[in-house]
This record gives sequence, structure tokens and C-alpha cells, in this order.
Amino acid sequence: MPLGGVIFVTIFIAIFGTLLIYLARWTGGKAKKTSQAKFDIYECGIEVQEKKDTKVSVKFYLTAILFILFDIEVIFMFPWASNFKSFIASGAGVYIFSSMMIFLGIFIFGLWWEIKSKALEWD
Amino acid sequence: MTTMGSTTIEIAINLVKTILVFLMMVQAVPILVWLERRGSAFIQNRFGPNRVGPLGLVQLLADAVKFLKKEDFVPEKGNRFLFYCAPVFAMIPGAIAYMAIPMSVPLVTESYTFLIQGYEINVGIVFILGISSLAAYTILMAGWGSGSKFSLMGALRASAQIISYELALGLAIVGVILLYGTFNLAEMIQSQSGSLNFQGFGYTVAANWLPNWGIFYQPIGALLFFAATFAESNRLPFDLAEGEAELVAGFHTEYGGFKMLMFFIGEYAHMMVASGLMVTFFFGGYSIWNFSPEEVHSWIMNTFSVAPFTANVLNSIIHFLSYTIKFALFLWIFIHVRWTLPRFRYDQLMDLGWKTMLPWALANSILTAAIIFIGSHFTL
Repeated sequence: MPLGGVIFVTIFIAIFGTLLIYLARWTGGKAKKTSQAKFDIYECGIEVQEKKDTKVSVKFYLTAILFILFDIEVIFMFPWASNFKSFIASGAGVYIFSSMMIFLGIFIFGLWWEIKSKALEWD
Repeated sequence: MTTMGSTTIEIAINLVKTILVFLMMVQAVPILVWLERRGSAFIQNRFGPNRVGPLGLVQLLADAVKFLKKEDFVPEKGNRFLFYCAPVFAMIPGAIAYMAIPMSVPLVTESYTFLIQGYEINVGIVFILGISSLAAYTILMAGWGSGSKFSLMGALRASAQIISYELALGLAIVGVILLYGTFNLAEMIQSQSGSLNFQGFGYTVAANWLPNWGIFYQPIGALLFFAATFAESNRLPFDLAEGEAELVAGFHTEYGGFKMLMFFIGEYAHMMVASGLMVTFFFGGYSIWNFSPEEVHSWIMNTFSVAPFTANVLNSIIHFLSYTIKFALFLWIFIHVRWTLPRFRYDQLMDLGWKTMLPWALANSILTAAIIFIGSHFTL
């Protein structure tokens, strides 16, 4: 199975990368703590002011939710597209074309609604 | 579906082949970095690396030594495990996606067909799309593991950008799938061999001097796909993830040394996947202009009067060269665009993805379907 190859390469690269990291640690050595500032996170040289749990714009979550909705709809088009020509050849062209056009009508309505309700405005 | 082989030797050959493809990709990265530095210098009227060795080619070796001598650094506030995992995982999606792309004509021997690619997957497109979008996870891991707010902001931006352009990317490919009616990349390349031959509306438009490449059928799809891959691989003009002016270096602010290098390998691997897919979908894959592999094979046999097996080997090598030339051309376009165009603002980036490219890709797939449908049912 090609799946075996995929898993093999994944494991190979994971081991390869881990070895590289160990090699670099061996040749370069661990970072010596000469001062606290060296181990602080980088914030343009000023004293570290905020922790990492800083506020995140809600737009990122909204984008992620919208992506899931639309991506599922796009994925539905893939099997349709790969069978389109064979359906036409077997005489069911009207059926496969019109059914996807109805589906896409809903898709386009959703996209229009999303743009109209300003879900995609970044201010 | 082609398996990894039936006997132990075949399986071993196939596994070694995947390692070879991966090492080829890793080897290509220093060359691409050199090309990128020299190319940027050329474009910006500077010299670039030109001191170490001829044309600065040995600079890469010096860089590698410098990477090795770097201290192994983890920020105190970060998550050590994620911090180390992210660069290792960054190499994986690009590499395993690239292996599904056929690079040459399969080498046929009496008992076995040797594919010039890591492994053949019969749903190649879906596999590549699914795997390469996993890159968003490694970026998020890096951003979260660093414990720095610049890294986190860069990672959030990058993941939002990657998923937004994924829609346009997927929809741009729908036109391609409609055209070839398959998910299999090798079959796509086969149906692109030969001369341009458009059939529909009761007519046949043929041009003997043009190849039957996808770009002639899907010009809008090709443009949208190529633009979306720039966003997917976080390259300029879409490299908001590491906009130096605002976010220091984005998700890899805290990284250095070999860990940084692994992110580089990941980024270049994504460029290679994008270029390979561009060539496969729209530029006939390994095919040489409008000559089919069989024609090239018989030409080799007649011209050099060699045995069929030697001709097979030569055929594979010639087609591999053809693929490499096209592939390198697209990699060069990636580099050229990076040093030519300025960066977008973030809201412009999102607007372009959702409000411009998504509707255009949608219109392109509807148009393609309509032309195929009407063209096969009605005559003009």
C-alpha cells in the first residue's frame, strides 16, 4: 500500500529531524545562561511586558468557522467533478449538471450573505 | 492502485526511493537559498553572496557550519516539547506531498514498473491538498511553543491565511478535475500528451504545433491556483506571517540554527510541491512539448539504435530533464515574485482571498462545467 510508504517517510523524517536537533545540540552545546535577558522572549529589547495569553481578535475564530463550512462544500465538488464527464457520457448530464448548480446556488447565497453581513471585514 | 511492491526486494527498492526523493529535496534547498540570495541581489542591484568560493557557492557550507556551532536555545517561557517538535514536523507535510507527484515516465522492465516518484496514490490531488494543509499545525505549534506574542500573532495570521486560501486553491483545482475526470496525477499527464485538440459544440479545434496542456483549457484556474500557492507556502506577497516590519520574524522569531533551517526546508518543500503541481496540472508534467512518451521512445530507438530497455532508461532520463526544467522555471518565478512585489496589508490579503479569488474560482468551475456540459449536448 502507498500508505505504508507515507508512514515510512513520516517516521523517517521525524527521526532525521530529531537526529539533526541532537547533532546541533551536541556541536553547539546548550545555551549558557549568562544573563536573564538572554532567556527572555524577544520583544524589541524592552523589558518583557505581557504574557503570551494576549488578546486575540475574534475575527480569527470567525474565519476558522467560515473556512470549515466552505471547505466542506468545496470538498463535495471534488467527486462531482471527477465523475462529471462519465455521467455526461452515460446520458445523465442534465441531472449531474443541474444538481450541482442547485448546490452551488446555496453556496453562492452563503458567500453573498457572509460578505453582506460583514463577517469578512477586518478593521 | 499501485502497491509498494509484492516481494521484499521491491518493497525495499520503493522505501529507499522515498528516502532518495526526500534527500533530493533537502539537497535542493541550499541551491535554492543561494539562488534566492543571488537572485535578490541581482534584482536589487547588489552583489549578494560572492566572497566564499566561486560565485559564493560555498557560502552554504559556511552557513551550515555556523548553524552547527549555534547554541541550542529554548526560551524560558515557551513550551519545550512544542518548541522542538514544530521544526521537525515542518519538514513532513511538504515532503510527503511532493512524493506523490510523478517526475518522469515510469521505467518499465520485464518484470516490474519502476515509478519515478516517491509513491503513486490514485487520489493524488486530494492527498496532496490534505497533507499540505497540515502545515498550519506546525506553524501554530511553533507560535504557541515559543511563548512570544510576536510568534503567536504570526502563527495566528499564518494559519488564518493558509485556511482562507485553501478554499480558492481547492476550487481552482475543480476546473482541472472536471477537465481530466480523474484524481490521478499520472493519468492527468497522460491526457495532456499530444497536440492541442479541443472538442465540443460539434467542432474540433486542433493545432499541431501546440501541446495539449491544461493551461490552454484552464487559464483562469492556473492563475488562481498559482496565486493561492504563494499564500499556502507563506511567500511574498503573502508572507504576512513573518512581516518583518510589524512582527519581527513572525512564528519563527525565537528560532535559530538548525531548527530555523528545518523551517526553511519546510517552506522550500511547499514551493516545490506548488511548482510540481503547476507543472502537472497545467504544463503537461514531464511531457516534452507535444511529443508523447511513446514517440520519444521510438525516436530514441531509431536514432541511437539501442535496445528497448536502454531506450526506456534514456526515455525516463530525458523526460525527467524536461520535468526539471519546467519545475525550476516555476521555482524561479517564486523567487522573482518575492523580490518584485511588496507585501499586502492583512485586510487586503483576506479580502483578496475571500472576496476576489473565491468568487473567481467558483465562476471558473461553473464556466468549465457549463462549457463541457453544453459542448457535449448542443452543436453550434
